[in-house]
Amino acid sequence: MDKATPHITQNEALIFERSQTGRKGYMLPALDVEETPLDELLPPELRRDDQLEGVPELSEVDVVRHFTRISTWNYNIDLGMYPLGSCTMKYNSRLNEKVARIPGFANLHPLAPEEDAQGALEVMYELQQHLSEITGLPAISLQPAAGAHGEMTGVMMIRAFLDARDGVGEDDKPRRNVMLIPDSAHGTNPASAHLSGFTVKTIRSTSEGLTDLEHLRELCASGDVAGLMLTNPNTVGIFERNIREICRHIHDAGGLVYMDGANMNALVGVARPGDMGVDVIHLNLHKTFSTPHGGGGPGSGPCCCTSELEPFLPVPRVARQGESFRFVYDRPQSIGRVKAFYGNFGMHLRALSYILTHGNEGLREATEAAVLNARFIAHGLADTFDKPFDSPPMHEVLFTDKRQSRKGVHTLDIAKRLIDYGFHPMTIYFPLIVQGAMLIEPTESVGRQELQQFVDAMKEITREALEDPDTVLNAPHTTRIGRLDEATAARKPILRWKPDEKAANA
Amino acid sequence: MSNIPEDLHYSKDHEWIRVEGDVGTIGITAYAQGKLVDIVFVELPRVGETFEAHQMFGTVESVKATSEVYIPVSGEIVEINETLPDDTEKFKTDPYGEAWMIKVRMKDAGEVNALLSAAEYEDFIKSLPE
Repeated sequence: MDKATPHITQNEALIFERSQTGRKGYMLPALDVEETPLDELLPPELRRDDQLEGVPELSEVDVVRHFTRISTWNYNIDLGMYPLGSCTMKYNSRLNEKVARIPGFANLHPLAPEEDAQGALEVMYELQQHLSEITGLPAISLQPAAGAHGEMTGVMMIRAFLDARDGVGEDDKPRRNVMLIPDSAHGTNPASAHLSGFTVKTIRSTSEGLTDLEHLRELCASGDVAGLMLTNPNTVGIFERNIREICRHIHDAGGLVYMDGANMNALVGVARPGDMGVDVIHLNLHKTFSTPHGGGGPGSGPCCCTSELEPFLPVPRVARQGESFRFVYDRPQSIGRVKAFYGNFGMHLRALSYILTHGNEGLREATEAAVLNARFIAHGLADTFDKPFDSPPMHEVLFTDKRQSRKGVHTLDIAKRLIDYGFHPMTIYFPLIVQGAMLIEPTESVGRQELQQFVDAMKEITREALEDPDTVLNAPHTTRIGRLDEATAARKPILRWKPDEKAANA
Repeated sequence: MSNIPEDLHYSKDHEWIRVEGDVGTIGITAYAQGKLVDIVFVELPRVGETFEAHQMFGTVESVKATSEVYIPVSGEIVEINETLPDDTEKFKTDPYGEAWMIKVRMKDAGEVNALLSAAEYEDFIKSLPE
């Protein structure tokens, strides 16, 4: 029998399936004006005539309860540790949210005159100053709305800079067109380069998990190098200790260095990309600076660059003039606007709140704790899991399923079983260069007790893999829905409810 | 051991090629599809495109990851298996038959000699880590 209201631990019918023909969720007062014939308002040929087939008919309370129940199903950062590698799922403090809700900021219209928006402009200017100090790069745009967007902005700026420097357009000179990208990179790097018209060449990684300098030199020598896109620490969680030499090779070859700032949580307050020779970087405010992330809110991917690249930053820029602040549009070499208005301003507020509440020392401490936490897990699991690279990890640690897979238990199975132990799974099968990868990033938001519980859970799963592999292979067992058939979901996806399906199945 | 037909040539990137005249039919081996587990998406080139040997000509995507597929010989694409993207289960059920990916008019039939025989390919995959 259908339950009127399933308990929140139980599965929920689709809202369409809860519909009852003819039920209304509203009541209108009696008409106290003369009725206008519907045909006069909307011609019949523009009206649907199927009696709203398929539109769910429910009462208001049914709708509220349906969505409230579903909302309790979300896993989120306020519920527990979220050790997704390469994602920096850190806690976003309540204070950041309070600041973002200050009515003067929250209700400000984006088209308000500059003189009425001085506080907001000052927030953006202040944030720019701080991010500039953190990255060691003097010029910034807060416009990009996410990491990949910041990447593309940075790569477009490299294109514009090279064209201006090399005089493209005069005598049809060919453009420098090769963007070098390590094989361990985030997939968005080659995508951004490709969309901006570059040809991507892949740099191999060494057995230590670092960029192969020999191969880099070879690729530089073959000419036409426009730039390099590098993540540091890289996606296997190791600091590219040859970063200065890498940057020098690219600069000597006439190219520029773009750094993917996805892993800045290992560097803030300790090392600055600008000092390493990086020309342009994006930051993920929604990762490193704690603004909501992963379904919790929009991203923000500011782009920071050297003074040589500054003329090419998106407009408008935010500038200080004496005691006041204003937007500057007069930048003839700018790549133009990359986002409506000024970026996701609510994220700027939260990031500034994060920076100011931590202070210089606090930011450094957060970085150190993030690295220490990853190393705690690295150490705790060193005897249990295969670690593809020896170097001590930075803010995230990479393991593989090499030992467990001998018993037929693979990374996916281990990740699914972690759910039964109450943890959100780690990032799996990334980076692609490592078979059976498990990338674990606890962030600084996790205390020692929970880190130990995570280590214990991973060890316990390994014990199960040896003694009782079926328990792991069929996990999760404690969730509303067990192991999903991902292959069928990808091959024959059901993307929407259809009115006739219920009748057909009945 | 894996299913490795005698009459085909193999690459170390786990592609197979069946040669008939100057046309080679190309797909991925049973071993490769086994490693990928369930292939759910395939991207093929267009007829008329030309490739040099070992260039990437397409991708196969499993629920785990996307893998690039490399052409074992140089030539021009003369036919693609248009029904394959809608029926990726064929990679599992018939890797050397219905799951063929492309047919290529070979520029230099001699390139096939540089590929592995069935026996050599079998030794090669035995030498790979688990």
